[in-house]
Amino acid sequence: MTGVDNLVEVENLVKHFPVRKGFLSSRVTGQVRAVDDISFTVARGETLGLVGESGCGKSTTGRLLIRLLDPTSGSIRLNGDDIAKIPDKELRSRRRDVQIIFQDPFSSLNPRKTVEGIISEPLIVHRIGTTAERKARVAELLKLVGMAPDYARRYPHEFSGGQRQRIGIARALALNPKFIVCDEPVSALDVSIQAQVINLMRDLQRELGLTYLFISHNLAVVRHIADRVAVMYLGKIVEMTDKNALYENPRHPYTKALLSAIPMTNPDQRRQRVVLTGDVPSPMSPPKGCRFNTRCPVAVASCREIEPPLVDVGRGHQVACHLVTP
Amino acid sequence: MTETTAPGLVHVAAPLRKRKTTLRRLLEHRLFMTGLVLFMLMVIMAVFADWIATHNPVQVRARFRFRAPGLDNFFGTDNFGRDIFTRVVYGARLSISIGFATVALTALVGTSIGLLAGYFRKLDNILMRFMDALMAFPTILLALALAAALGPSAVNIVVALSAVYIPRVARVVRASVLVVREADYVHAAHAVGASNFRIMVEHILPNSMAPLMVQLTFVFAYAVIAEAVLSFLGVGPPPPTPSWGNIIAEGKDYIREAAWITLFPGIAIAMTVLGLNLLGDGLRDVLDPRMNVDNR
Repeated sequence: MTGVDNLVEVENLVKHFPVRKGFLSSRVTGQVRAVDDISFTVARGETLGLVGESGCGKSTTGRLLIRLLDPTSGSIRLNGDDIAKIPDKELRSRRRDVQIIFQDPFSSLNPRKTVEGIISEPLIVHRIGTTAERKARVAELLKLVGMAPDYARRYPHEFSGGQRQRIGIARALALNPKFIVCDEPVSALDVSIQAQVINLMRDLQRELGLTYLFISHNLAVVRHIADRVAVMYLGKIVEMTDKNALYENPRHPYTKALLSAIPMTNPDQRRQRVVLTGDVPSPMSPPKGCRFNTRCPVAVASCREIEPPLVDVGRGHQVACHLVTP
Repeated sequence: MTETTAPGLVHVAAPLRKRKTTLRRLLEHRLFMTGLVLFMLMVIMAVFADWIATHNPVQVRARFRFRAPGLDNFFGTDNFGRDIFTRVVYGARLSISIGFATVALTALVGTSIGLLAGYFRKLDNILMRFMDALMAFPTILLALALAAALGPSAVNIVVALSAVYIPRVARVVRASVLVVREADYVHAAHAVGASNFRIMVEHILPNSMAPLMVQLTFVFAYAVIAEAVLSFLGVGPPPPTPSWGNIIAEGKDYIREAAWITLFPGIAIAMTVLGLNLLGDGLRDVLDPRMNVDNR
């Protein structure tokens, strides 16, 4: 354990998905390098935002952290214990500490179960409380997420997207987790509802001392909720620092391009727009050198040869770019 | 629901949605109800055969041979003077029993195999190739072979039919399990530490049932036809047992003189199968989300 206040420490985490071909032999013909050697920490009580375009590996990272996927290599320390390789049986009891909130509120709730059935499932699985105690806990959790306790007997289809997302949050909170992975929790909601859910999550964090990994492609939402932000591109973290430094002084060319794409609320205000050309290269065969060199507006020769490491350029501002120096 | 909200409007909490229940939509589906009535008619005949029948189904009365349909014998009599109406009613009992037994056996075994194959990907290839092999058997030939080996009986028919229909059911269940297992609520159940068994029984199975129900109505219909065919070929329950296939087989020699012997059991088979197919189509219409916009 390096830092005392770090709840989550991820080191050299790698997830490769083998690509198989062939009908009878099923040879492995390649690897999709969804997450390729990333390291970061999340301090107790803080929110780390994880941003990037679709396919960059941010959701895979989230799923690795709650062990819905098994990492190819690397370590994930929760409270100092490595949970990356512990066997399934032991993992089951450790799951109480880490939970997830999903993006799609329509797919994340079993349509054949009542709200009570959904929220109390974690309690049943971990054999917590009697039936009556669980009922009381469900009512308590519903109140906590701003819903009436008598909704417990209804079915998910009777609720709107925002209400369903609240039910999903209540389920995630049932076991009193320390760490919650929020996988695009508001991306599927109306803008007017997004703010309600985000504010609810912030209140819950303060009240219950939660730690969040907040995955999103919406930079404005991340700016609102995150303390620190990590930017991912093609399975790598290219820049990571605290929120204000990132939004006001982005250093990596990719981050600059991302931030310049946020729509301005004031139509008179002009800003230099960095438009990226081309598509994201395939994660099956990422470019040599810096992964961003094929689309980078400022790339130089060395970018195509040597992969830049993520280095501290001052006050914890980490950037992976040859052209950025302290 | 409104598509857009004008800027500046205070958002009103979305009202709780009400939708028609599945039952309600089934009741409003005309073809489904027609099928249900036809099928229930057969089931009632089978269950209350002892009360509905007007004669003894196996009693030979040579004096009354080849009587045309009339008030004494609603459907006429056969070459032994037995009442066709009574025999058709008792035949329903056999056909419906074989149908239910086949459906129960295929549902139980087929669902289990489909669930395991769809959920545990490592078992998939082994189980499904085995199912492919079973599926390759021609139903009637397999039943003939079984009857030859074990003797003709209703139980053997059920075994033979199940062997052939289990793979179909297993495939249908596997296909929907493959879809459901990727739903976020299944991931959520993994994330809270639920066991594989719990996830299969509580989350995957209840959400994979719709196509299974549809498939089972068709299995029932096939079973009724196959039972008639096998009885006709003489490998069903041996005569004088009243079975629709037996009645037709015995009547076929007199089809010119006494067509009613073959006609009425034929109509009974057709009505049962038609009813089951309408039932299945109706279920498919109502349960298949792609055919309903208001499904969720």
